[in-house]
Parts: sequence; structure tokens; C-alpha cells
Amino acid sequence: MTEKPLASKTRLLPLLVLVVAIAIWSGLWLLRVFPESVFPSPLAVAKGLGEELRTGRLAADLVASLFRVTTGFMLAVVLGVPAGLWLGNHLRSRYALLPGINFFRSLSPLAWIPFAILWFGIGDLPAIFLIFMACFFPVVVSTQAAVASIPSVYFRVAHDYGFNGLDLLTKVILPAIAPQVITSLRVTAGLAWLVVVAAEMIAGRDGLGFAIWDARNGLRMDLLVAGMIVIGVIGMVIDRVLLRLTKIPSIRWGYDS
Amino acid sequence: MTHKPLSTKEVSVSFGPVEVFHDLSLEISEGEFVAVVGPSGCGKTTLLNVLSGFLKPSSGSVNYSGRVRMVYQHDSLLPWKTAAQNIALGLRDLPVEAERERQLKEMLRLIKLEEFAAHYPHQLSGGMRQRVELARALAGDTDILLLDEPFSSLDYLTRLRLRRELARMLEELPRTVVLVTHDIEEAAQLADRILVLSERPARICRELRVEIPRPRDLTHPRVVETVHAILAEFGLEQDKDLGESVTTT
Repeated sequence: MTEKPLASKTRLLPLLVLVVAIAIWSGLWLLRVFPESVFPSPLAVAKGLGEELRTGRLAADLVASLFRVTTGFMLAVVLGVPAGLWLGNHLRSRYALLPGINFFRSLSPLAWIPFAILWFGIGDLPAIFLIFMACFFPVVVSTQAAVASIPSVYFRVAHDYGFNGLDLLTKVILPAIAPQVITSLRVTAGLAWLVVVAAEMIAGRDGLGFAIWDARNGLRMDLLVAGMIVIGVIGMVIDRVLLRLTKIPSIRWGYDS
Repeated sequence: MTHKPLSTKEVSVSFGPVEVFHDLSLEISEGEFVAVVGPSGCGKTTLLNVLSGFLKPSSGSVNYSGRVRMVYQHDSLLPWKTAAQNIALGLRDLPVEAERERQLKEMLRLIKLEEFAAHYPHQLSGGMRQRVELARALAGDTDILLLDEPFSSLDYLTRLRLRRELARMLEELPRTVVLVTHDIEEAAQLADRILVLSERPARICRELRVEIPRPRDLTHPRVVETVHAILAEFGLEQDKDLGESVTTT
């Protein structure tokens, strides 16, 4: 049912990998594989990170990026899950709309950047729009697939025990699709985090994406790498938070069996 | 036993050109345990779907009074609910919470799974899951129980054990039962009356009564004799007279 608990030594392995990675990085820097001006040392990056933390710029950029991701992602979930539920229950609408939805899903959200700027200018709105475009269609597709694959016996049971209307939705359909939907939310949240960086690089005046673009323009490679590290770490944290959802007892069944 | 809580009158069911039933009439008395056996694909499950009202017959009528519940072959427990919560589904209509609590405890005791009340279905064995399904269907004020090969996915010994448990549960909570099964022993051990169905379009080709009280042992002579009789009906018995010889010895 559950994996064997790892020995505490094994748990330290990722830290060891981190140490090795920093050692390789330092080695490359010491050997001057790339000119020093375009390849900062770990120490320079650590100093840069400290500087960004002290001035408060990092915190401001982080808040700006997280706000955009949360808003765009939530908007996509709030509209995408109901749309998926509806499509999952209506075969004809599914047949009519699914090709279109798959078209937009396959279209890189970055292709919308020109329009995002033309329509929404610079700032929060274009980034939120791009994140929404990245997340909405995958959420719709995975929700409708989850609804369409609910075993029919659950509906028989729901009928036998008198679940109708709203009860059927909240007490049978939603719990039945929860594991699949949560898996797709993990994937799309990752996507949202990828998109916000690109959006801010082009259509932002703050945020982590803008910060690394700004560092590149100012030839501050140490700040650029510091920004990259923060982006990666936050992405890991977001995934960890969503992973917690899969441990909820009434959801675990979807992963254990 | 004049009251007939469950009956069908000249029911016919067709799926396109395939006629599953032709003018099938059944009368089942209150508290009676009827088993339906027949070759696979003859429409046993379809019969239950008609009886439960899930499937509308092409012609004829189905009459029943009271609440009907079905037990499915397997995996019809809601996996996001614990064993106790699944059983509680069967008690949804009871208005008083204290009474629901009391009956839930009673059902858990009856299936001897008190310690597993908070376990989720995927944490239970196949036999435990089927016991929870039985408890869910029996809970509350069910009148008619429809069992669709409820033990077919279990291993042989677990199946024997669950048969005994079902008989014991029905002693405490008598119900009108229709059991569909391909397990001839199961039918002979559990049922008051056995209907042997023919190939499609299915009709009742033999009706057997097992007039000894339930619960009974699998090795009871009347049960063994009934098994012989059903096997003979399917042409699976070497010596067709064996059935009678068992009765006389």
C-alpha cells in the first residue's frame, strides 16, 4: 500500500547531489570554461541573492509573480472544472467542442504574447491572460475525461441510494474525479509557473521573469542565476503543496490501487 | 405467503433483434429466497435490471412494493468513503441521527468488521468488501434484495464463508431475495426456490423447491440432491437417476 520508509541516510541523498552539483559548477568556474563575465561563481550568486533579499526587490518580484500565477490558475480551475463536468456529461457538446479545445491546448500560450500585450498592455493583466490560456484547456480536457471514465456502477449505486441533482454532483461525481483532477492540477500549476516567467520577461515591469531579464540587460549574471534559483525552488514548493492533496484519505484511493 | 411483493407478468425484453426474454412471468412471495441459474449470457443480469426498474421491459409489467436494493458483482463500494460511510449510505433515509448511528454499529457487528469501520475499500480484502456491500444493501428498511453474482469474484473458501454469513444475516434481517448466480451449489444451499433458465430467449425450464429451513450445510442431502437435479437439467450429470437415489438412501 505504501512505499517502505527510507533510511535517514537515504533521505540525505538529494543534499549530496546538491553539493556535487555546486562542486561541478565551481570547477567549471575555476577552469574558466566560459568567460567570467557570462559565468558567475556560486559565491557571487549567493552574494547577489543576499543583495536582492536585503533590498526587498526579490520579495516584491516574488509576490508579483505569485499573484499572477494564483489568479490565472484559479480562474482556469474555476471555469475549467465546471466546463469539463458539463462536457463529460454531454456527448454531443463534447463531440462538437473537443476538437476546438484540443486545438487551443496544443497552441503554445507564448504564441498569445503579442495579442496579450496589444489587448492588455503591460503588467498583471497580460500575464494573467497568458496563464489562463495555458491552464484552462488542459483542465477542461482532463476533467471531462475523468467524468467520462467514472465507472457506471457508481451511478447505479447513486441511484439505488437516492442521490439526485446536486447531491449526485457533490457526493458522487466530484469525489470520483478528484484524484484525476488533482493530478492534472499539479501538471497545469507547473505550466502556469513556466508561463509567468516568459510573460514577465516580455510584458512585465516586475516579477521574477522581469527580474532575470533585467539582470541580463544590466549584465548582472549573478542576479540572473539567483532569480533562476528562486524560480526553480518556488516551482518545487508549488508541486509539493499540491502533492499534499493526494495524501488526503478520501483521495488516496485513486493513487494506491 | 399470499402477499406477492415482487412479480412480473409476461415480460419480454429485446435488444434490437436479440430477444432476451419472451413472456416471462414470475411470482415471488414475501421473505422468499429465489435463485436464478442459467447458462452464461442467458440474461440473468438483465432479469435483475428489469426487476430493479433500471431497465424497462419491451412489453409486460413488473410489480413490486417496497424498497429494492441491488448488490453488484464487485467494486461497487464508493472508494472515497470508508466501510462505515458506505454502509451509512443504506441508512440515509432514517430521520434520527442516533438511530442511524445505532443501526450502523449493528450492521458492523453483524458483518464482524467493527475494527475496520474506518478503513477504505482499497484497504480491505475482497471478502470484506463484499460483506460491506451486503451490509449496505441490508441496512435500513430494504424489502427486496437483488444479488447479482455477489460472490463470483471471490476465492472458493471465502465464497463458502460469505454464503454462510448471508444466510445468518437473513435470519436476523429477513428479506425477499432474488439471487442470480452461475454457482449451482450456491443456489442450492441458499435458496427456497431455484429457477433454471434456458438459453436465449430465456424461459424457466425447471423450478426446484428446497423445502428445508435456512441456513443449511452445503453437504445436507437435500442440497446435494438439488445440485444433482440442476446439473441434470444442464446435461452435466452422467447418471440422471442419481438425484432420486440420494433422496431414498
